[in-house]
Amino acid sequence: MPETTRKPEGVPEPSTAAQKVPRRQMLITLGIALNVVAGVLFAIPLVGYIFGPSKRKEIRKELSWITLGSLAQFPEGETRLATYRNPFVRPWDGDTANIPCWVRRISPDQVQVFAINCTHLGCPVRWFPQSGLFMCPCHGGVYYADGARASGPPPRGLFQYDYKIEGGELWIKAGEVPTLATPPSQACADQLRRRACA
Amino acid sequence: MRLIKDVAEWFDQRLQLGKPLKETMQHPVPRSTASWAYVFGSASLTVMALQFVTGICLAFVYVPSAGQAWTSLQVLNQQQSFGWFVRSLHGWGSNFMVALVLVHMVQVFSFGAYKYPRELTWIVGIFLLLMTLGMAFTGQVLRFDQDAYWGLGIGASVIGRTPLVGAPLVHAMLGGPIIAGETLSRFFAIHVFIVPALLLAFVGVHLLMVLKLGVNEWPMPGRVVKRSTYLQEYHELTRKDGVPFVPDAFRKDLVFSGVIILALVACAALFGPFGPKGPPDPTVVQTVPRPDFFFLWLYAALALLPPQMETTLLLVGPVLAIGFLIALPLISGTGEKHWSRRPFAILSLLVIIVSLAALTQLSAYAPWSPDMDAWSSTPVPPKFLKGRSALERTGAVVLQAKQCRNCHALGGEGGRRGPALDTVATRLTGDELVRQVLQGRGNMPAYGKNLSPAETTALVAFLKTLHPANEAPARDSSLVGVVAAPQTRPDAPSP
Repeated sequence: MPETTRKPEGVPEPSTAAQKVPRRQMLITLGIALNVVAGVLFAIPLVGYIFGPSKRKEIRKELSWITLGSLAQFPEGETRLATYRNPFVRPWDGDTANIPCWVRRISPDQVQVFAINCTHLGCPVRWFPQSGLFMCPCHGGVYYADGARASGPPPRGLFQYDYKIEGGELWIKAGEVPTLATPPSQACADQLRRRACA
Repeated sequence: MRLIKDVAEWFDQRLQLGKPLKETMQHPVPRSTASWAYVFGSASLTVMALQFVTGICLAFVYVPSAGQAWTSLQVLNQQQSFGWFVRSLHGWGSNFMVALVLVHMVQVFSFGAYKYPRELTWIVGIFLLLMTLGMAFTGQVLRFDQDAYWGLGIGASVIGRTPLVGAPLVHAMLGGPIIAGETLSRFFAIHVFIVPALLLAFVGVHLLMVLKLGVNEWPMPGRVVKRSTYLQEYHELTRKDGVPFVPDAFRKDLVFSGVIILALVACAALFGPFGPKGPPDPTVVQTVPRPDFFFLWLYAALALLPPQMETTLLLVGPVLAIGFLIALPLISGTGEKHWSRRPFAILSLLVIIVSLAALTQLSAYAPWSPDMDAWSSTPVPPKFLKGRSALERTGAVVLQAKQCRNCHALGGEGGRRGPALDTVATRLTGDELVRQVLQGRGNMPAYGKNLSPAETTALVAFLKTLHPANEAPARDSSLVGVVAAPQTRPDAPSP
């Protein structure tokens, strides 16, 4: 639409407008500044809210000693499935907070507690006592009875939990999903490049 | 009739949308684009709209709680009227949408439509593809069953391979230290609020650009895209040989969308909803997790990649692939559009399609996964046992009991992780068999600690019988002169 057809009305004389420009400009600047500050104040708690679970301090707190029950359930020379209720739990977690692990009793006071998760991509490994192997159903990772990597794509042996035996009960330190970045036992954390961590 | 017209006019006086809408609908497009090759984008849009509808319907009943989600899916499948059908529509709709988006992308690529001035339309399209795949993955998580649980475990394991920030990323993804209640809530928010909102916004921009820049004309060999002349040439084309989008181009979109919806309804009604499989109870370890159809290629790639380069490829590969797709129109934004003048582009496309299809097809029988039950459920076929000595038959029992069949097939049955054993005696001599069994090699674990000498003797005696009747077993040439007697009995019946 041609500009000439519109007659500007009610616009102050140029001289008055020029005086008002600094104030208007200032209001715009102030407005932007206020909104930036408000936005940052608004965003910080939201980022903290969403990424709160990934704070290292919080996670370490969630790891705790938990009992797998009496040591008598795990006969010497055998490897058996044990389950525990995750120490960090919400009321609506349902079955997902029941975590399985493999307990290998070597001698009266010596055990190995393996995470269920294959070190390749976390699928549940299964123990075959006849051949003394753990096999993974996903991509065919295989481990020996002591958790050492036998074959397939896994980059290391099975993850192991730290354990202690107190009052005839077997305790493990657990509370976190085992991955290469979050191995349950720190003792093995720096051995990622080794084939076995037993 | 008159009343309807009056009411319509009343609204239009206030909304003033009638004229611009009509202009948009009737905007001229090149006659060549009123083609059946141009219907996949609109069909994707149609299916997306249906996904919104069925998704909202599911939210009426579905409970995004780790403890209850699986039960609410059972209620949807078994008790809610048409609950199974809505789930089925949503599940099949997801497959249809991924398929249509991929076909649309292949069409756009082969027609060179990503070139000037439609580079940004392509880039936005790449994000739409990623969001579609993201919806498919998060949707699989919301079907909170065993596969969803272990699928999350795989996701966590992949992310856990990131150097330095692996642990915080795993916890951010899971919303806590383990796969549990907050993981599901997190994926629910992503699947139901975040990605759909982004999808709507990006689809809006995508469509706006299609309107502003016009539908890509049918490419002709020799019609080269130049930044200086293209816009003018395109306008010339639509002016001289253009047709109104509605109805000339739109009717094929309309028909195809109708066919797609009917096909979707038919699939949903005939094949039913996907799962849920077993409940998400990690203590049930007798499970064989499998991803949904459109992620099977990834599952195959993860099994077949050389382990030492896996982490690098897992973390760098997607960045490079997505980066390349985004950069594509910026690298080759001008030049020929016709496929016959872009042999390298078309060949690359074919290689990608064939690779993805081959990986997907391989996943159908997953030769890299052991058959976890073969040792107890798949006996040695009788033909391998007929006429064998007691020692050899004992060896067959050892073969079953030691889970060899989980990885080795006999008579076409059993795992395919290792080679089939039907003719193993023609490849390995007795000594080599003993060494292979006890020490392992390649992908085979060593059985030295788990076989007694007697078991090994029996097992190898059985394995030495596994050769065709008319083919001699392998022998060690250096021993031929020393051991005069043949290694197998001449009267042994053929397997």
